[in-house]
Amino acid sequence: MFDWYPLWNSLRIAAISCVLVFFLGIFFAYYAARLPRTIKGILDVILTLPMVLPPTVCGYFLLLVFGVKRPLGIFLLKYGIKFVMTWYGGILAATVVAFPLMYRTARGAFESFDQTLAYSGQTLGLSNTYIFWRIRMPACRQGILAGTVLAFARALGEYGATSMLIGYTPGRTATISTTVYQLWRTNDEKGAMFWVLINLAISTVVLLSVNMLEARQKKAVKT
Amino acid sequence: MSLIVDIHRDFGGFVLDAAFEAENGITCLLGSSGCGKSLTLKCIAGIEKPDRGHIELDGVVLFDSEKRINLPPQSRRVGYLFQNYALFPNMTVRQNIFCGLNREKNRTEKERRLRDMLKLMQLDGLEERKPSQLSGGQQQRVALARILVNEPRMLMLDEPFSALDAHLRDSLKVELRDMLQEYGREVLMVTHSRDEAYNMSSRIAVMDKGRLLSIKDTKDLFADPGNTPAAILTGCKNIAPARKTGIHEVEIPIWGIRLQTAQEVKDGLSAVGVRAHYYNPSAPQNRWPVTYLEEMEEPFEVIIQFRYAGQNPDSPPVWWRISKDKKPQQFPTELGISPVNILLLYDA
Repeated sequence: MFDWYPLWNSLRIAAISCVLVFFLGIFFAYYAARLPRTIKGILDVILTLPMVLPPTVCGYFLLLVFGVKRPLGIFLLKYGIKFVMTWYGGILAATVVAFPLMYRTARGAFESFDQTLAYSGQTLGLSNTYIFWRIRMPACRQGILAGTVLAFARALGEYGATSMLIGYTPGRTATISTTVYQLWRTNDEKGAMFWVLINLAISTVVLLSVNMLEARQKKAVKT
Repeated sequence: MSLIVDIHRDFGGFVLDAAFEAENGITCLLGSSGCGKSLTLKCIAGIEKPDRGHIELDGVVLFDSEKRINLPPQSRRVGYLFQNYALFPNMTVRQNIFCGLNREKNRTEKERRLRDMLKLMQLDGLEERKPSQLSGGQQQRVALARILVNEPRMLMLDEPFSALDAHLRDSLKVELRDMLQEYGREVLMVTHSRDEAYNMSSRIAVMDKGRLLSIKDTKDLFADPGNTPAAILTGCKNIAPARKTGIHEVEIPIWGIRLQTAQEVKDGLSAVGVRAHYYNPSAPQNRWPVTYLEEMEEPFEVIIQFRYAGQNPDSPPVWWRISKDKKPQQFPTELGISPVNILLLYDA
């Protein structure tokens, strides 16, 4: 029986971290825009760092914080939560690495939003929640969609931080990218090529569907 | 129905200081761009917060810095027509107007009021269109419909014609004015155009560099602006420093002339203004020798620039505007002005 576990594991890690990154990215993008300039600048650097740091460095930092011998790691372990060497540790790694992509693109979209739309909604008596989800988000949907796709793609392809934090255990923590490396390292070039093709297929499908979605939206706006 | 505004806000380089009261009818805030007109509207709507002051509408306090009252824009019930109309681009006309009906919970009632408003605003058949598929005039009507169904206690219009083509502007002015008069509530309109202010409003408040200088009935303001910024904003082209030389006489050193005035000259006079239309070759009074400089033609009028014989050469030329059919063949050697047409300007 062929082991499909890496595909399943990669997909669930990418999907769950993509959802997390979606909300976290939007939350920080929206609130960071309202902060005073200096605090915003500092926060911006911290939130964007994972994008420019080598993923292994991110993984190193994650181990520093969540390692089973670190205070937080020990604390979490009391509740049965262990991010090291578990499949859901991969969610943590992928979320940290993919977050800046969502945060930056969402922030760019929010900054170009015409603020008078929100103001006119307020003067009409619409709640701020309604304005956010029904007016601001649809107006910014291109940027937010782009950010989500980038975040998903990045989470799916995450290797560095993931291998640092959860390593490679077949059937437990293996993802597509760590499997490719492991197979190639053990001279199973055919196996590595198989997973490479799987990864290529998924990425192509994702990008194609986004392009189709955009094309459909453009058409809907025109008619 | 009344609006009381007394607000102050310090931006460092720019200070907003506006106090006025307005009653039923259309009041215009007239000022050049960046003078704080729109900011005043935003403070009334609750989008911007003044440092201190008091805003009251129909007896309801919207803002009071001392009593720490600051109602959110949602509960102020002030209709605000933005310069770009701020229609929600992702929604159809129907959905946009429904946004204004968010307080109405009854579905059939909601639908009925939508129908009535579409009819009133001549928007029938456009309900399923997106804002981008409407003309400028239609967009304005949708934005207004969305505000009116909301039943605001007052209406504020921010440069309502600036986004429209020139040829549309005049017909829409008449349309909008009639609609607003029917609406019968307090309307506050912001504009930098003296023509729009004159066409639309019964009262005008003049703003300059963040300060509200004066508020007068429209006709009175144009007849007697009272200060230099108001004279400039109402379109007075010839303004020169002046000093009092008699109860009905002023001297204008840079033009090298004295003028008789109908109005009594008070102490503290800083300048006089003469509208370009009011020069007259056959006026018997205030006649002074002039020399022709050059002219610029407009479709129906001519602007002639001239100098007084004793005018300071460094000072700008004086403008005389006359309709083409009344323009004399030969440029006159003397021009006069009726004493009632001398504007006396007192700047604090």
